[in-house]
Amino acid sequence: MEYETIAAISTPMGEGAIAIVRLSGEEAIKIADRLYKGKQPLESVDTHTIHYGHLIDPDTEQTAEEVMVSVMRGPRTFTREDIVEINCHGGLVSVNRVLELVLRGGARLAEPGEFTKRAFLNGRIDLSQAEAVIDLIRAKTDRAMNVALNQMEGRLSTLIASLRQQLLETVAHVEVNIDYPEYDAEEMSKDLLTTQLKEVEKEIEGILVTARQGKILREGLSTVIVGRPNVGKSSLLNSLVHENKAIVTDVPGTTRDVIEEYVNVRGVPLRLVDTAGIRETEDLVERIGVERSRERLKQADLILLVLNYNDELTHEDEKLFEAVKGMDVIVIINKTDLDEKLDLDRVKELAEEHPMITTSLKNEQGVDELEQSISELFFAGEVESQDLTYVSNSRHIALLEQSRRTLEDALEAVESGMPVDMVQIDITRTWEILGEIIGDSVSDSLIDQLFSQFCLGK
Amino acid sequence: MGYKADSYDVIVVGAGHAGVEAGLASARMGAKTLMLTLNLDSVAFMPCNPSVGGPAKGIVVREIDALGGEMGRNIDKTHIQMRMLNTGKGPAVRALRAQADKVLYQSEMKRTIEEQDNLTLLQGMVEKLIVEDGVCKGVITKTGAEYEAKSVVLTTGTFMRGRVIIGDLSYESGPNNMQPSVNLSHHLEELGFEMVRFKTGTPPRVNNKSIDYSKTEIQPGDEKPRAFSYETTEFITDQLPCWLTYTGEETHKLINDNLHRSPMYSGMIEGTGPRYCPSIEDKIVRFNDKPRHQIFLEPEGRNTKEVYVQGLSTSLPEDLQQKILKTVPGLENVEMMRAGYAIEYDVMVPTQLWPSLETKTVKNLFTAGQLNGTSGYEEAAGQGIMSGINAARNAQGREAVILDRSQGYIGVMIDDLVTKGTNEPYRLLTSRAEYRLLLRHDNADLRLTELGYEIGMIPKERYDRFVAKKEMIEKEMKRLEKVVIKPSEQVNAVLPEKSTELKEAMHAANLLKRPEVTYQEIHQLAPADFDIPEDVAEQVEIQVKYSGYINKSLQQVERMKKMDEKKIPDGIDYYAIGGLATEAKQKLDEVRPLSIGQASRVSGVNPADVSILLVYIEQGKIAKIAK
Repeated sequence: MEYETIAAISTPMGEGAIAIVRLSGEEAIKIADRLYKGKQPLESVDTHTIHYGHLIDPDTEQTAEEVMVSVMRGPRTFTREDIVEINCHGGLVSVNRVLELVLRGGARLAEPGEFTKRAFLNGRIDLSQAEAVIDLIRAKTDRAMNVALNQMEGRLSTLIASLRQQLLETVAHVEVNIDYPEYDAEEMSKDLLTTQLKEVEKEIEGILVTARQGKILREGLSTVIVGRPNVGKSSLLNSLVHENKAIVTDVPGTTRDVIEEYVNVRGVPLRLVDTAGIRETEDLVERIGVERSRERLKQADLILLVLNYNDELTHEDEKLFEAVKGMDVIVIINKTDLDEKLDLDRVKELAEEHPMITTSLKNEQGVDELEQSISELFFAGEVESQDLTYVSNSRHIALLEQSRRTLEDALEAVESGMPVDMVQIDITRTWEILGEIIGDSVSDSLIDQLFSQFCLGK
Repeated sequence: MGYKADSYDVIVVGAGHAGVEAGLASARMGAKTLMLTLNLDSVAFMPCNPSVGGPAKGIVVREIDALGGEMGRNIDKTHIQMRMLNTGKGPAVRALRAQADKVLYQSEMKRTIEEQDNLTLLQGMVEKLIVEDGVCKGVITKTGAEYEAKSVVLTTGTFMRGRVIIGDLSYESGPNNMQPSVNLSHHLEELGFEMVRFKTGTPPRVNNKSIDYSKTEIQPGDEKPRAFSYETTEFITDQLPCWLTYTGEETHKLINDNLHRSPMYSGMIEGTGPRYCPSIEDKIVRFNDKPRHQIFLEPEGRNTKEVYVQGLSTSLPEDLQQKILKTVPGLENVEMMRAGYAIEYDVMVPTQLWPSLETKTVKNLFTAGQLNGTSGYEEAAGQGIMSGINAARNAQGREAVILDRSQGYIGVMIDDLVTKGTNEPYRLLTSRAEYRLLLRHDNADLRLTELGYEIGMIPKERYDRFVAKKEMIEKEMKRLEKVVIKPSEQVNAVLPEKSTELKEAMHAANLLKRPEVTYQEIHQLAPADFDIPEDVAEQVEIQVKYSGYINKSLQQVERMKKMDEKKIPDGIDYYAIGGLATEAKQKLDEVRPLSIGQASRVSGVNPADVSILLVYIEQGKIAKIAK
């Protein structure tokens, strides 16, 4: 526990051009090196030096991030252990991806106050600070626990608890075959085991795909700007991009002409989709008739619907409102620097509950309000909790992915003909990892399950 | 009326399965040892099922053997049937189980004890301990004899304030109508020990000649000769079968109609019974959708007609027991020889013990076996041998020997007992071991013989044989890592149909990692130039084939060991540590763990508490250096 390599984001979340993911421990350099591609491997660089390069996702072998990496070998470091600091672009998307990569690479997410604790345990901090460390651990743990608990209430928590129960029943079944080989319980066959594990795997994949927060964090909020030609879509895009230092990335798997832009709006990562089309001020309204565009629109997490203050409401505008019904929409009324020609009452009627923002993008007016509105929509106004929301979720995602991998190991083991008691090791591990998400890993549960599920006796 | 009797290094009170191992271990380690028992005719008596071993338990028997204990050797000499269980599963969960000849098992064990140097076997009931200033100095028997000793081991089983219950009948008794021990239990309470009531039970016994076996299924022993002890060279081949039958609707109806006569449901039994060996009435109430329950008919020996009815443990009234038996196919005309019964007894809360099994309250006093809240002969024997070793070492002024969770099931069990306690009779299950893959029955010698030799339990000749085996395993594993097998017709003819053809040259070890390829086949393709005995071949196969999983487990063990190495200083005041949660303070103060590792396993102590504890301990160190 004290010796694993730990990692965490060590810069405040959401703002800032640069974010830092810090690793500490025996394997810090090794883990970073497995991801890093630069002039020379990190293992061979001098201590206390910084290096430019890229992080490669080992699963896809694609470049994930452009980074600067500092290597500091112990004991002349904060924790007296080897430390690696990965500097990446600010904003949730980049830093979260880096953190996920190092967690997948073998680091464990640091507990609250753990860097400080290590610094202390390794003799870096003097006695007078010890009490403070204790307070820190207690306070941060409680706070993190509260947040984790709050978040965990509801669907995800129930879902994970039920997945664990499914796994537990499977394990209990395996165990009863082992500990009571003569008991007349059905033997856990390869097929039965595969079926049961595949079910859980499918669910975990489902959570990973649909967990809304997780999706936002990993991919950004899929955002589409719609509006008639000349309402100011490009200007809107440009002001969002310029204000927020966009990172342009080629997204693998999508057609080459579709370029997506990531922008970070007050901690909300936006993925502006199909911006090429918007840039060309192509008439989206016409394209809405086309099935493909309709699909794209329906897949969006957020619609920015732009209207012209200086023009009358048209049939096309009304059709747009109809097309985005039931989605998260922010209505933007642009060009307030010009005369009012728009029927605002009618717009209010059409907008229903959706927020309405008036802007003059030309005069850089109203952008702040828009950003505020986006942030409110996704943090329900609780901006303070967003760091912790983020941290816990990234932890959840890392754990869910880990659990999916151990489950895959189990399935592979079944497939290759490994005995059931070996497979059980991977299943139990999956169960434990899922337990970490909801803060419950009591090993006695298995024995309870065993005796409630099966009638055993002498 | 009292008189001064002899003095000893170690006194063992009780000669059940814990007591005999404790006494023998202590004597073998050179301590002058006295073993006191209520009745010389019940040494190593099996009051319940006539069998030894099974999953987890069978591995304990091998661990006892690897440490120089007796249970394995004794059952090898006295069984009527032996089987390897779980042969269709992985190596970690395979386990031997033997049906014992109960009487022979006892007489053989008694003879071994009688022949053992340094060991005196004596009939007598211990009623009091001699305790001065929290230090145990000996025992006093009912007849007034005062024996002095440097260490005392209590292994009093289910005798302490034992109470037998059959229907609405209940009387003070040890198992099988033997004399209970009443005063000692009260005395322990006076000394400040916390005692709780546990309950267990046993099924009726029936006469073999009255069973119609044609209505049952035969359960024969293995044809291949088997043995628990690594030292056994003579095998019993003449085996007796067991038989399988089932309860049915009639049985269940009869029990359901008479539940009001069950002491379990009338509230007469106060003790906590184990979930894993419920009485038949329990099974029928809790699992009422199960149409039938298995009943195994197990002979109790070669020179008796008594048959143990496994699966029918009960405390229902005697007349009802007879009727229930007769509802079971094959038992329609059965003669019951002994009625089943439930027994309640006093148990020491095991968190009052150090991992050495010495009590925290009274120095030089050790306890082992069912008294500590376990169930089963093997669990008792496993604690027995450790308490004997540590009592002797204590008498000799040496440090205690503590097995950790990666060394053996014995270590898992004792750590569970002293760290977590138990609220029901504790039974070992393979699922209690987090490093199950390392704790196999085939490698108990590799895990523990070295230690057994170091502490003087294993003689030199045996140790030399062990070292030779170990070296041969290493040699053969190295060879397989180097030798290359090339694709050829001969090779692909040997590879069984289920495996894929060999396309490229491959190290023998890698080929062996394919689940379907056996060591025998590898050996055929790339023979060694030296003879490889079967047990060596087995080790090589398991260690190579499962190396991936084994290495994962070893990494976990490394982490555990680092935590276990962080010792907690004596006399730490948990209540003075700010930041620890209240529950953690209470639990830690009760258990007083020796290491951070043990502390982290105490229930109610969370990772934040462990962190705080670590900081606190380091703080103390820094403060000392600063002074």
